[in-house]
Amino acid sequence: MTPAELLAGALLAALVLYALLGGADYGGGVWDLLASGPRRAEQRRLVEEAIGPIWEANHVWLILAVVLLFTGFPKAFAAISIDLFLPLFLLLGGIVLRGTAFTFRTYDRPDPAVRVRWGLVFSISSIVAPVVLGTVVGALSSGRLAAAARGRTPLAWLSPFPLSVGLLALALFAFLAACYLAVEAEGALREDFRRRALGAGVAVLAAALLAAALSAREAPLVFAGLTRRGFSLPLHLATAVAALTAFAALLRGRVRLARAAAALQTALIVVGWGASQHPYLVVPDLTLAAAAAPDATIVPVLWALAAGALVLFPALYVLFRVFKGERPFSVVDRGR
Amino acid sequence: MCEGAVTDLLAARWLFGLSLAFHIVFAAVGVAMPLFMVLAEWRWRRTGEPAALDLAKRWAKGTAILFAVGAVSGTVISFELGLLWPRFMELAGPVIGMPFSLEGFAFFTEAIFLGIYLYGWGRVGPGLHLASGALVAASGAASAFFVTLANAWMNVPAGFALEAGAAVDIRPFEAMFPPGWLHEVVHVLLSCYVATGFAVAGIHAFYLRRDPASAFHRAALRIALGVGAVAALLQPISGDFSARQVAATQPVKLAALEGQFETERGAPLRVGGWPDEEARRTRFALEIPRGLSLLAFHDPDAEVKGLSGFPRDTWPNVRNVHLAFQVMVGLGSLLALASAFHLLLLVRRREPSRRFLGALVMLAPCGFAALEAGWLVTEWGRQPFTIRDVMRTSQAVTPVGNLVVPLVAFTLLYLFLAAMVVVLLGRQISHPAEPAAATDGRGGGALGEGGA
Repeated sequence: MTPAELLAGALLAALVLYALLGGADYGGGVWDLLASGPRRAEQRRLVEEAIGPIWEANHVWLILAVVLLFTGFPKAFAAISIDLFLPLFLLLGGIVLRGTAFTFRTYDRPDPAVRVRWGLVFSISSIVAPVVLGTVVGALSSGRLAAAARGRTPLAWLSPFPLSVGLLALALFAFLAACYLAVEAEGALREDFRRRALGAGVAVLAAALLAAALSAREAPLVFAGLTRRGFSLPLHLATAVAALTAFAALLRGRVRLARAAAALQTALIVVGWGASQHPYLVVPDLTLAAAAAPDATIVPVLWALAAGALVLFPALYVLFRVFKGERPFSVVDRGR
Repeated sequence: MCEGAVTDLLAARWLFGLSLAFHIVFAAVGVAMPLFMVLAEWRWRRTGEPAALDLAKRWAKGTAILFAVGAVSGTVISFELGLLWPRFMELAGPVIGMPFSLEGFAFFTEAIFLGIYLYGWGRVGPGLHLASGALVAASGAASAFFVTLANAWMNVPAGFALEAGAAVDIRPFEAMFPPGWLHEVVHVLLSCYVATGFAVAGIHAFYLRRDPASAFHRAALRIALGVGAVAALLQPISGDFSARQVAATQPVKLAALEGQFETERGAPLRVGGWPDEEARRTRFALEIPRGLSLLAFHDPDAEVKGLSGFPRDTWPNVRNVHLAFQVMVGLGSLLALASAFHLLLLVRRREPSRRFLGALVMLAPCGFAALEAGWLVTEWGRQPFTIRDVMRTSQAVTPVGNLVVPLVAFTLLYLFLAAMVVVLLGRQISHPAEPAAATDGRGGGALGEGGA
């Protein structure tokens, strides 16, 4: 394995963690918008309490991914920035409005009308951002971003397959968030989120099938990854097992198990995307090796990542231990 | 270059400049405010003064609002580096990726422990709580440290060789500490404490004039002005160090910021004045004989290289750079003067007079004005290059057109956010103090007050 491949692995790991943590925060925004029934206020309050202490830390995974991309794969960063100029600016708009509206709602007057107004900005931007992010990912793997047309076709990314990946991202994040929130809720509120998780799980399945079908026509590399490469079958099996486990656990009310399975399913989907488009960073003509910075850059960055991880993961554990209970990552449902 | 490209380059510069000018305020606050907040909590833990606890909690809420805006506006910058300047990042990314990567971890630490600090009142032990605040303050300073290193490299690029437009033979740690890194980092860090210290002090001085007995505002003034004053008194020393480093490493920038057109021995220091690039002289300046040679080289007869010694197409906009420099130095001197007066009062154990409080109110925006002016000096002073002598800004810009559209959109967005921040901070400060019993153990008091 070359240093560049290792760094690409670290980049993918950062994106997996962003999906698992930052993605679920966007999903929280979805459930804020869709809060309904007799416990509407409680649902919103749970979302707010769940996200409040951690969303900024979760957001840094995206920053880390961006930094690793421009440090390790500068040509890809430049190409992506040019090809996906419009969606990336939309993403930024979503990120800015989501974070600020969430914070402003916490510290503005507790007047219900004011809170509803900020809540709308927060939740709508929480929906826009993952759809655009998914679209960006879809466009990267679709093969529509050819070097020959770079800078001359600002809408090359716009087509059904990338948009379907946007929908998949949204459904997936909503699903994750509902599973996480079901663990953090109790009683009837837990039931609310358990049912929402089941609904979102069905939406994930539908969006995934749609994206897979569209990939046959629009994203040959992804389609090949889904159907006929060496890793396709085991990866599919693992993802399917995770998804089925999540469903079964939700049906039986074992929410901690469901949470772990949903997280595994999400991680496998992101990894599956990475594996499908390997060795390309931007399909069809920018490979990992062609985009990579010299080893003189990459090797020290890998060491810096290792050193940083030694500080980061214990600190993250403290954060989750403080705000997510005594067994922040436990799979076992007990004491029901 | 066709007209559209010129417009787009201008729009890209405006958009990036606007994004940075906006973000830099929140970044500076993110460096200094956590320190104030921790000092207030530490004071409370030591003395048990209820006003100090109230202060720590209010400042924490202010920090929460400002940090959130800083975090998202910083995200905008990290993407805009590529969206607006893809050719710059293609070349520079591998060379200066190291400080950016380390900054990523500093940002992680900041966000994690700010979460613990804000929402951890009553949930974590006193030691961990205070330590979390201290870690936020330290990692905020570390973030600024690393980011400024990247800027120092743009001013004096080092640690690589150029081959067919690409960086080869990269030495990341040499690039991380280019010549002149130390002065820029020190100057920037100090400016964060000066700007935030005087802004916060001015706000509390305003309320103290209305209610001179308020223990809350007195404690606030003591901490904010204490830190701000020490930093403001160190800043001229750091400035002198900076000027000498700039003279040695970036002579064009020095000539521009001093309005020095001709190369001469015993060059005068120009206070004020209006540089005229066509006539190649600076008019209406108060000239202190030999002042510049003395300050820049610590030798009254030293030769200062003027702009005429450099090709005309490598000059920055001399008028802008010189004027921004005058603003920075003028305001900085004013703040240093006020700081000396404050320390004199402290030594004599005298309370600040009503008139001094009034002066502090007037000085409240001056620190940030000086900080923005100083940032303009270093950025404008590097033009027309984005990486000095390596890449021109016009070579770095994206080929994507219609950049006026995101420029307008983000201008409106920043105006909206700035207005909201002012309203919300105003509300945090002017609310009557809540009784200690009503605190619910959370940083975000509004959290417990029910959903919509």
